[in-house]
This record gives sequence, structure tokens and C-alpha cells, in this order.
Amino acid sequence: MMHTTGATPVQKMAGEHEDPVIPTIRIRPSRGFVPLRLREVWEYRELLYFLCWRTIKVRYKQTILGGAWAILQPLVTMVVFSVIFGRLVGVPSDGVPYPIFAYAGLLPWQLFAQSLTESGNSLVNNEHLITKVYFPRLVIPASTVLVSLLDFAVAGTVLAGMMVYYRIAPGVGVWALPLLVLQAVCAALGIGLWLSPLNVRYRDIRHVIPFLTQCWLFATPIAYPSSLVPPRWRVLLGLNPMAGVVEGFRWALLGTKADLGGLLALSTLITIGLLVSGAVYFRRMERTFADVL
Amino acid sequence: MTDIAVHVEGLGKRYRLGAAPASRTAYDAIAAAFRAPFRRLSGNAKPEHIWALKNVTFDLRRGEVLGIIGRNGAGKSTLLKILSRITEPTEGAVDLYGRVSSLLEVGTGFHPELTGRENIFLNGAILGMHRAEIVRKFDEIVAFAEVERFLDTPVKHYSSGMFVRLAFAVAAHLEPEILLVDEVLAVGDAGFQKKCLGKMGDVAREGRTVLFVSHNMSAVLRLCDRVIHLDGGQVVTEGPPAPVVARYLGGSVEQQAVVPLDSLPRGSGLKGRARLISATLLNRERLGAWKLPFGSDLVLEVHVSVLERLPMLELGLAISTVTGFEIASSLSSHSLPPIPRGPGEYAFQITGSELTLAPGTYRLGLGLRTDQYYELEDHLPEALDFEILVSDAAAQWKTDTIRAAVIPKFRFQCANSSGPTMEKGAGNAYGRSPGSGLGGQAPPV
Repeated sequence: MMHTTGATPVQKMAGEHEDPVIPTIRIRPSRGFVPLRLREVWEYRELLYFLCWRTIKVRYKQTILGGAWAILQPLVTMVVFSVIFGRLVGVPSDGVPYPIFAYAGLLPWQLFAQSLTESGNSLVNNEHLITKVYFPRLVIPASTVLVSLLDFAVAGTVLAGMMVYYRIAPGVGVWALPLLVLQAVCAALGIGLWLSPLNVRYRDIRHVIPFLTQCWLFATPIAYPSSLVPPRWRVLLGLNPMAGVVEGFRWALLGTKADLGGLLALSTLITIGLLVSGAVYFRRMERTFADVL
Repeated sequence: MTDIAVHVEGLGKRYRLGAAPASRTAYDAIAAAFRAPFRRLSGNAKPEHIWALKNVTFDLRRGEVLGIIGRNGAGKSTLLKILSRITEPTEGAVDLYGRVSSLLEVGTGFHPELTGRENIFLNGAILGMHRAEIVRKFDEIVAFAEVERFLDTPVKHYSSGMFVRLAFAVAAHLEPEILLVDEVLAVGDAGFQKKCLGKMGDVAREGRTVLFVSHNMSAVLRLCDRVIHLDGGQVVTEGPPAPVVARYLGGSVEQQAVVPLDSLPRGSGLKGRARLISATLLNRERLGAWKLPFGSDLVLEVHVSVLERLPMLELGLAISTVTGFEIASSLSSHSLPPIPRGPGEYAFQITGSELTLAPGTYRLGLGLRTDQYYELEDHLPEALDFEILVSDAAAQWKTDTIRAAVIPKFRFQCANSSGPTMEKGAGNAYGRSPGSGLGGQAPPV
């Protein structure tokens, strides 16, 4: 049947699609530097949306507390910190009540840690998609970061409530908040872009990630102010992009005084470096994902 | 130039054998690095590579349906994965002119916790559909899948049939210019498979370019304009479906042409005064030893040796499925008078006319008996295997959509029974016993 009618559909096709621009896909073995092709990621933004939507829809199925988990995690950590470091140890808190001092640090930290964990595991978790369908793989870690942003917004309401309770008005620096959030997200994504391809090859990474975030939590001035760190160690602190973000958060929301300029400049540079190198590495490894998974 | 939809040139894909999956953890990688110098000593220096695909070149014209066939591991899936951009080639080039959709499995990305409705959107997006496009086709998809009542039920509560129907329905409503399909039709019940094949046929008729990888030869014969046979990652033959499929199926000879029954092990309790010696397939239209096309006669020759004078000798045969279910048997006494046989060699020729066994593998059993107490002289319940292959006739009979092992010839008649006027001839025969349609006699052969 197909033989005899073979010619007709060809003509019909030509008639239907008079658009002279036929999308052409060229497949070649890639060598050396692989372009990032961010435009293609943008073209797949609907998939990005649906992947986020799926994660959110599914995450709290068969849980009793549901979305409250997004609040509970930083809240409980804050209570523990307040009791141990605030009360028992007596860590100074830059002139603001310790609970809100800790929470203002935990909030961006949670965003960072969750983004890093989820994006680092994202490729392995979505193995069934990667081995069966084509789409720019960057969509996968990117979607996990967007989901973390939503949790961040939910947990942020608690901070707003605490500010009302402690009668603290945000300072003039509040405009910088979105930039700080962006920095936390970019830093996490940059590390995630390094870790997720490594995770595809070496499943050890899955076990390294919780350990990494735990150590990183204490290397960041969350339970303590950066003013506690001796000046000669400050540069070392600045190498941690989250140090600038956390101190910046307190400065913007609680009006704490800190020498932020140098800290933020250094951590911004490091964040950009992480993100760009991560994206390049990710794209370079991308071709082997389906073969190794 | 625009006549070409897919251009593949010198395509090759190399995999590292063994090493890649083994070094899944960093520890393994480090351990392997330490072992490496020692391995070099033992002369096993180079990592082993395997070319899953090598030097594959072909063009696909716009609106053409190309079938890819071959054994497992022939490189079919690798080819499809490269064309769908899931994995990269090691060498060579592919150009695809047009919007591409690939269907390597049905239900990719389906989430059991989400409802049918939610999964339609999610799966559609994963397959590259835009939201607006999904909204536009939503009702059509739901109707095709026949799941209207369960749209808001999580798919984990679906039966496997419903799940597959829904998954295929989404995929079937993609509208790419180039469609790459892998064996997705091997799912669902016979009825749904038929529906899927029908949908595939529609896609082809709409003038889309289709590349179709399948083990289902009947479907390949019905749908494809051209077929490529891959083996060991290389193109073996390429051309019109029927000859390529026939050569592919005939290519693998396992059973000897003359089966030495004499040397096969026997069970106990046989009297042994006569013995089965050999069996040969005499068919003219066979496609290899013990392979014959659907719808042809089965002609065998069985050699028997008689050791003592016997009052009578009866040869019996039985055909069963590979799972051991006996579906047909016959005895020589049905067509031969029971004459006494003296010692010597005898050749029985057995003809089964127009065997309508569905394509597949069957087992032939043979037995010899003599007296009225039916004691067996010799018995081989699994004397040999033979294969019925897909043919043009099978494609016509849509054997791939029929589950039964035997597809006998029935004659169906249909008359308009609502009005008083009946068509000449047909009316009488049918009008008398409308309920016995299935029992209608077979047409004279």
C-alpha cells in the first residue's frame, strides 16, 4: 500500500508546510569545547515548568504535614541553634535577638543547601527521562533550583512574622535582597552542575552531598556572626560564597552592621566562576550521560 | 535537497566493554588505576571496545516509512538513540530536516502519584509538545485512550492496560515531521495493538517520515516502504520489505534439514520393534530448514525402520506450542489403510494442506504404534521445532493482531437483515441460521 501512494504524501507535505525554513538538526560527535546553547534551554521552558510542577505536586503526597515541612526544617534548626548556641554557649548575635539572627541566616542557607542537594542528585533521579527522551539536560538541575526557591518563599513568611514579633523594620538595604537570593541560587547551581555529572559516573557523590552541606553549614556564619572570625581569617571566609549571602541577608533585613563590601565582591566573583565553570563542565559531560546512566 | 528528511552518513558508535559500568564508584576507579600496571603485565593492556554501530549510511525521503530490523544487539536501539539525540555518535554525521519526535518507550516520565489528566500534560511536555498543543488535543487523547472516567484518578490505580493506552494516546498525538519509533507496539492486548498499528498507518499516510524499529515482522511488512536489516552494527541488506524480511528470517539456520531422529534420547516403556529414523521438510516454499511461510502446506518425509514383522504400523504426529500445549494431531490411519509391515525401511510422506498456524515456533512430536492396545513402539514428543514465518499472506490476515495459534479458514457472510428485501444468493444461506455464522463451512480448497 505504501509503495503506490508514496509519491502523493510528499506533494501534500510540500503544500502544507510552505514555510521555507525547515528546522534542521545536525548531529556530529562533539569535540573540545561544547557551546552552552542557553537559547535552547529557554525554548524548553515549558518542560522546566512542568518538571517543577511535578516535583511540587508529588513531594508531599502521603504526608500528614504536607507543605508545612518547608517551614518546619529551618524553624526547628533555628530553635536548636537558639538553645545551644544562643543560650548555652552564649554566642553573640550582632545586637539582634539570637533566634531571628539565626533564622535570617538559616533561610538563605536552606535555599542554598536544598538547591545544591537536589541539583546534585537530579540527573541520577531523572535517569528514566535522560535515557529515553532528548531535551537540553540543563533543564533538570535548573528545575530543582526553582523548586527550592518556592520553599524559600514559604519559609520566608516565618521570618516576616518574627520581624513583626521582634519589631524589627528592614533597613535601606532591603533592595539588595533579590540579588543575594540570586547569588545563593547561582552558587548552589554552579556546584550542582559540577556534582551532578560526577554523580552520574561515581555514585559516591550521593553520599558525599549530605556530608558536604553539613560541614559547609558550620563554615558559614549562620550560628555565629562573622565578626567572631579573626580578621586574618576573613579572606578565607570570603572564599565561601554563602558567607557574603548570609551576612548580606542580616544586613538587609535586620540592619546589622558588618563590613560587607570586600566579602560580597569576593563571593560574587567566586559564584560567577562556579556557575560558568559548572555549566561548561556539565555540557562537556552531557554526551556521556545516557551511556553511563 | 528538501526531498531528504533524514541523512545518515558513516555513523558509528563505540562503547567501552565492561569497564564503564564497573567503575560506578570512585573507589572502583581508584582501585582500577592501581591495578592497571599489573594488568598491563598480564597482557590485557587495552580496554576493550565494541562498535555497536559502524559505518551506517542511508537516506530517508520525506514521507517514507523505513523499517529497521535485526536481532537483539544488532545496533537498532543505538541507531535510534543517536537519531533521537539521547546519545552522541563516535563518528559520522546525521542531518534531520524537520521537527523530530522520538518514541523509545510509552509513558516516559509518567508519575504514578499523578492523575491521568496531570500525566497527559507532563508526558506531553516531556515529549516536546507545547501546553497549548496539549490543551487543543486533550479531548482527542482522552477519547483514544478510553479513560474518560478515570481522568482524575492517580495512575497508580490504573490497570496496566489503561496505563499503556493512556501513555500511547499521548505519544500518538504528537505531530512531528519525522517520527522515530521503537518497538512500542509490543504492549497492550491484541485489540489495542491493532489500534496502535492503525494509528501508525495513519501517521504514515499523512505523509510523515517514520523510522520504525521492530521485531514485529508483520507490522514491518504492512507499514514500511523500505527496510534496513542491521547485523553487528552494520547494514546487511536494504530494500523493499518482503525480500529483506524473508532473507532476515531465513538467515538463521539452527535445525538441520534432515533431523536425525534415530540418535535422539527416548523415554522408557517403548517396545522398540519399529523406530523413527529421520525427518525432512520437503516444502517447496520453505525459507530455510524447518522454516516455512504462513499459509503454505506442510510437507514432511519421515523415515521409519521396522525390525520385526508387525500386524500394522501407525505413524502419528502432534503439533504443540513451545509452551507444550498440543494444538493439532493426526494419524496415518486417517488416510492409509492399516496394512501389515515386514522388516525394512519405510518412508512416510505427510502433507498438511494450507496450515494456518499463526507465525511462531512450534514443536512437532512423532510416534509409532502397532496393535489395537496402542502400545507405543517409538515416541518422540519433542522430535523437532519448526517455525512459521510472517509472509505477505500473514500481513493480509493481520496475524499479528490475533492471539490464537491456529487461524483456520472461515467464511463470513453478511446480509442486510433489517429490511424484507434480501440480496440474491447470500440471503438464503444466511437467513436460515443467523446464529451459526462461525460454523459456516470452509470454502473448497
